[in-house]
Amino acid sequence: MQRRQLLIFSTALAVAGSFCLGAANAQGTVKIGVVGPKTGVLASGAAVTHFPPFRLWAHEVNARGGLKLKGGQRKVELIEYDDRSMPGESIKAVERLASVDKVDFIMGVYATGFNLAVAPIFAKYGYPQVTQAAVTDQIETLTKRYPTLFFVQGSTTEFATSAINVLKQLKDAGKIGNRVAAVNVADAFGIELANAGRPLFKKAGFELVYDKSYPLGTQDYSPVIKAAKAANPDAFVAWSYPPDTFGLAEQAKIENLGVKAYYSAVAVAFPAFEKKYGKSAENILGAGGIQDSPAIRDFYKRHKAVTGVDADYWGSPIYYAMTQILTQAFESVGSMDRKAITAYLKSHTFKTHIGELDIRKQRLNKFWTVGQWQNGFFHAVDGVGFDKYAPVNLKTGW
Amino acid sequence: MDIIIIGLLLGGTYALIAVGLQLQYGVARIMNLANGEILVTGAFGAIWFYTASKLSPIYALIFVVPLAFAVNWAIYSFMMLPLVKRAKNQGQLEVDSILATFGLSFIFIGILLAVFGGEFLAYSYLATPVKILGEPYALNRIAAFLGSVILCVGIYAWLHLTRTGLSLRAVAVNPAAAGLVSINVTRTSALAFALGGAITASGGVLLSMFLTFDASLGVVFTLKALVIVIMGGVSDVRGAILAAFILGLTETAVATLVDPGLTLAAAYVLFIIILLVRPEGLFGRRSS
Repeated sequence: MQRRQLLIFSTALAVAGSFCLGAANAQGTVKIGVVGPKTGVLASGAAVTHFPPFRLWAHEVNARGGLKLKGGQRKVELIEYDDRSMPGESIKAVERLASVDKVDFIMGVYATGFNLAVAPIFAKYGYPQVTQAAVTDQIETLTKRYPTLFFVQGSTTEFATSAINVLKQLKDAGKIGNRVAAVNVADAFGIELANAGRPLFKKAGFELVYDKSYPLGTQDYSPVIKAAKAANPDAFVAWSYPPDTFGLAEQAKIENLGVKAYYSAVAVAFPAFEKKYGKSAENILGAGGIQDSPAIRDFYKRHKAVTGVDADYWGSPIYYAMTQILTQAFESVGSMDRKAITAYLKSHTFKTHIGELDIRKQRLNKFWTVGQWQNGFFHAVDGVGFDKYAPVNLKTGW
Repeated sequence: MDIIIIGLLLGGTYALIAVGLQLQYGVARIMNLANGEILVTGAFGAIWFYTASKLSPIYALIFVVPLAFAVNWAIYSFMMLPLVKRAKNQGQLEVDSILATFGLSFIFIGILLAVFGGEFLAYSYLATPVKILGEPYALNRIAAFLGSVILCVGIYAWLHLTRTGLSLRAVAVNPAAAGLVSINVTRTSALAFALGGAITASGGVLLSMFLTFDASLGVVFTLKALVIVIMGGVSDVRGAILAAFILGLTETAVATLVDPGLTLAAAYVLFIIILLVRPEGLFGRRSS
């Protein structure tokens, strides 16, 4: 019995293997692995931010004939795997891309914990790991441990600092008082942000009049908002995740929460947020933000036309900038030699649709951290490394 | 007072999530783990209907309810009935149906992903404050609460006042004996399963007015419904309704008086206490 199974298995493997070889020889494509959640709790975010930018990139590169490498132009072929929102599956998928599919390059995976989980696998097979969807305070330690790991992103503290900095500017200008109500979702990123935020609020001269957490998957936020409102804050800050960002805003609107600044972390930058709240979304602050420019407006148009999905105002444009960085690295090196690509990333700067970017220190030199909905566009009002940001407006009602 | 009103509104939400499963489990003896996915499907139906037509999502019930009824009837007839016939005892049926419906939930997720994509879907409807005793409450939550009250009273009255309702209750108590007094147990079970599915889907329609959905969210509702149904006792719909409101009130009281971070803990403490004190549930019958 066992021998028969082995026989069937090895035959299947041989057949599958010959197919793979045949395909590779016939087309000579550059195979790029993309791993991310298509199902499970993280799928909704990845469906907007993670998969579409790669598809747009592949579409555009192929439309102009492929990547210009030394042996001539080669088209790009994406191989996508679903990690079902489980880090274990993510590891398996990356292993498979490296050892079975033998792809030329693997894109960074989706979500912080997942990127940390697969980092040893990328390192083991010698693939550079260039990732956008990982926000952590461990960048320093991690990049030292993995010399081929690149964060096209900022750290948790930078996001918390920036959000508080925006409020501080308003306070210093005398536009808002010093009373802040802060809530956070009791989950990884929410807790990290809240912990990073507490001392920063104090340092900036704010008084935390309400500071509570709520569990992931809460269905009714009225007790949270009612209590926050009762504390009579000048500003409301929620270190929140997608479902609660929506739920909190809904309730704040019902309660007519009279704060002059309303910040909610993840998902305010999603197009679905603006679609749902329309005018009520005006002047709401959130993580992310983009500087308005014709190139960016054009990106949103192309993104929608090619992928059928509206891009978000945080990760999507940076993801796309990351593909522009990689394209330049691939074409300048002239081959898919991964060592040479890593060396190139560490020694050059890149022209992208959001300006000249630099990941030589294995982390992004400039990015936006806080955005605000103004007239249907989520304008960047603060960030790291840029010299100009849009002015911040006060929330004047729902 | 505030706590009571918010708690009741939340309880109404929970009742919408759980009553359908109670019927499916109590009468048809199918522990339907795809319950949450059916709810999400109903919600997606409403979202699609609202964005396409701009009419009140309540009208979506007109097509969601019969459709959900038909689909669930088909699920019971083609997927569950072979399991029911094969099962030597109730324990085996429970294990089989749990496995089968668990698989079914993935099929639903796959279909939803293929049709609607994996993004967050939401719309804004009746998100206007209504003052009750000077405090503002969301109109859409009140509408959902009224919907759930109508539904619960309707189901309860139907079960107790009609002949079909009587046969449903008979099957819930003892399927073998119900067969002896010339009740068509298969048909009655199919009816209960289909009705339960229709109720769950209409719950999804009502909840879509204020919750944000994505294709993978079903499991959250399934878990909540499971807790409520087990707490209430499997054989009586009153138990599920009561348990839903107790849970809503407890969570709100804890969130307001203690800490919003402890609502989940409070819900499970309550669950454990009830299981320890009355393992058969609030309205369950003690097995002799």
